[in-house]
Amino acid sequence: MINRYEVYETNQMIEQDNLDVRTITLGISLLDCIDSDLDKVNENIYNKITTVAKDLVATGEEIEREFGIPIVNKRISITPIALIGGAACKKPEDFVTIAKTLDKAAKEVGVNFIGGYSALVSKSMTKSDENLIRSIPEALACTDRVCSSINVGSTRTGINMDAVRLSGEIVKATAEATKENDSLGCAKLVVFCNAPDDNPFMAGAFLGVTEGDAVINVGVSGPGVVKHAIEQVRGQNFEKLCETIKKTAFKVTRVGQLVAGEASKKLGIPFGIVDLSLAPTPAVGDSVAEILEEIGLERVGAPGTTAALAMLNDQVKKGGVMASSYVGGLSGAFIPVSEDQGMIDAVKLGALTIEKLEAMTCVCSVGLDMIAIPGKTKASTISGIIADEMAIGMVNQKTTAVRLIPVIGKDVGDTAEFGGLLGYAPIIPVNEYDCSAFVNRQGRIPAPIHSFKN
Amino acid sequence: MRKCVITVVGKDTVGIIAKVCTYLAETDINILDISQTIVDGYFNMMTIADVTNSKKEIATVAKDLEELGASVGVMIHCQREEIFEKMHRL
Repeated sequence: MINRYEVYETNQMIEQDNLDVRTITLGISLLDCIDSDLDKVNENIYNKITTVAKDLVATGEEIEREFGIPIVNKRISITPIALIGGAACKKPEDFVTIAKTLDKAAKEVGVNFIGGYSALVSKSMTKSDENLIRSIPEALACTDRVCSSINVGSTRTGINMDAVRLSGEIVKATAEATKENDSLGCAKLVVFCNAPDDNPFMAGAFLGVTEGDAVINVGVSGPGVVKHAIEQVRGQNFEKLCETIKKTAFKVTRVGQLVAGEASKKLGIPFGIVDLSLAPTPAVGDSVAEILEEIGLERVGAPGTTAALAMLNDQVKKGGVMASSYVGGLSGAFIPVSEDQGMIDAVKLGALTIEKLEAMTCVCSVGLDMIAIPGKTKASTISGIIADEMAIGMVNQKTTAVRLIPVIGKDVGDTAEFGGLLGYAPIIPVNEYDCSAFVNRQGRIPAPIHSFKN
Repeated sequence: MRKCVITVVGKDTVGIIAKVCTYLAETDINILDISQTIVDGYFNMMTIADVTNSKKEIATVAKDLEELGASVGVMIHCQREEIFEKMHRL
C-alpha cells in the first residue's frame, strides 16, 4: 500500500515544485471537412471542432480535481489548414476566414489555443501553401487563439530556401500587424525543420496527415521538480546526478501517462503520445535555466551550458521513455527565453546571447524559442537565422524551430511584454551583418548525405 | 475497488478527524487505513479510503473536502490513489 512518504513526495512536487501536466492536446483531423465552397469548409470545420472537442475542457478539469494535479492547458491541434482550405481558398484573404472560424470554435469549446494554421513545405510550396503562408500576418492579427506553423525543411528533403525567405518576411509582417501588442502575433508563429506530427505543445502543434481521426496527446512539465531533486545531490558525481534526473523524469512522466490514459478513456478518443518535456513558465522555481545553474553554472550561457543541457535532455528522455507506452512530440528540455525567468535574467545580464542559444538548440528538443529581437531587424536577417536553425535540425536529424519576435519600435535595452504563460523578454542583440545575397538565392538546399538510408 | 488518498495538513484543532470521518460516512466512503501524527504543532493525517460505493463523484468529494478543510483552517486533499501508485510503483 502507498505510504505516507510517497504521498508527501508527490504532493510536495505539485504544491511546491510546480509539477503539472502542461497540456492535454486533442488532435482533430479536418480532412473530412474539405470542400470547394469556402462557406461550406468553414461550416464543416466549425461543426467538427465544436462536436469532437465539446467535452475536452470539462474532462480536463474533472481529471485535475480527481488526481489533485493541475492541468494547465487544454488545447486543440488540427490538420494543417493549407491542405484543408486548398480547394476553396483562392487567395490569402480566403484563408483568413478559416482562421476566424478556428478562433470562434476555440472560444466556443473553451480551449486557450488551437494549432494547425500551418503549411508543410519542406520541399516546395503549392499555390495553396503559399496563400496560407501569405495570410499568416492578418490571420494572427485578427484572431486571439489561433497558432500557426510552417515546416520549411527536413532531413529527408533538405531546406526549402524559398520558404525560408518568405518566412522571414512573414515573421516581420506579423510583427508589424501586431505592433500594438509588442508584436505578439510572432509568439504564435513557429518555423520548423522536421516538425513532428504529434506535438502537443503550442505554438507549433498540428495534427499530421499520418494521424487518425482524433487523438489525445499530453505534454508533461516539471522543471521545478528536477531542480528540487538535484539540489539533494549538489557536488556529487555525474552518475549520481544523471540517476537523479532520470528517476525524477520517470515520476513526472508517469503522471502524464496516467492523465493521458484517463482523458482518453473519458473522452472515448485514442491515446497518442506523451511528450516528455521540461517546459518552463515565468514562475520562479519553474525554470530550465535554474536547473542548469543548479548543475553548476553561475548563469545559463556560461561555458559548459551546452554540455549541461545535452546531459539534462538525454536523462529526461531516458527516464521518461520507460514511464510511457508511447513517446513522441518534441520530448526534451525547452529553452524559451521569455517563458523562463532564469533565461530572462541571463539575457539581461548579457550572460546568454542568441549565438549561445543557437548552440544550445543543437542538443535540446526545440530551437530558438520566444526570443525578442530588435524591431528594426531586416526580414533577410530573420531568414538567415531561420536557415541556420533549420540546418541544425536537418543535419542532426532532429526537430528544430524558430519563434522570434522582432518587436516593432523596440531595441536592445527595451523589454517586450507578452503576458501570461508567454512571459516577457529583454530585446536581445542580433548580428547585423548582411546575409541577403545568400537568402535571396532561389531553390532549396539539398538533403544531407546521411539522409539516404534506403 | 476504487481507492482515494485523503491528506489533511494544518494547525491542530479539536475535531478535525471527526469532521472528515463524518463527511466520509455520510457519503458512503469506507476508511481502509488511517494514520495521524503531529509535527511541530502541525497536524498530518493520511487516510486511504474505498470510494467504490461513494454517493458522489470523486471530483465532487475532493471539492467538498477542500471546502471543509478551509472552514477549519487546514488543507485537505482527496486524490485518486493511482497518481501515487503510478508514480512510485513499477
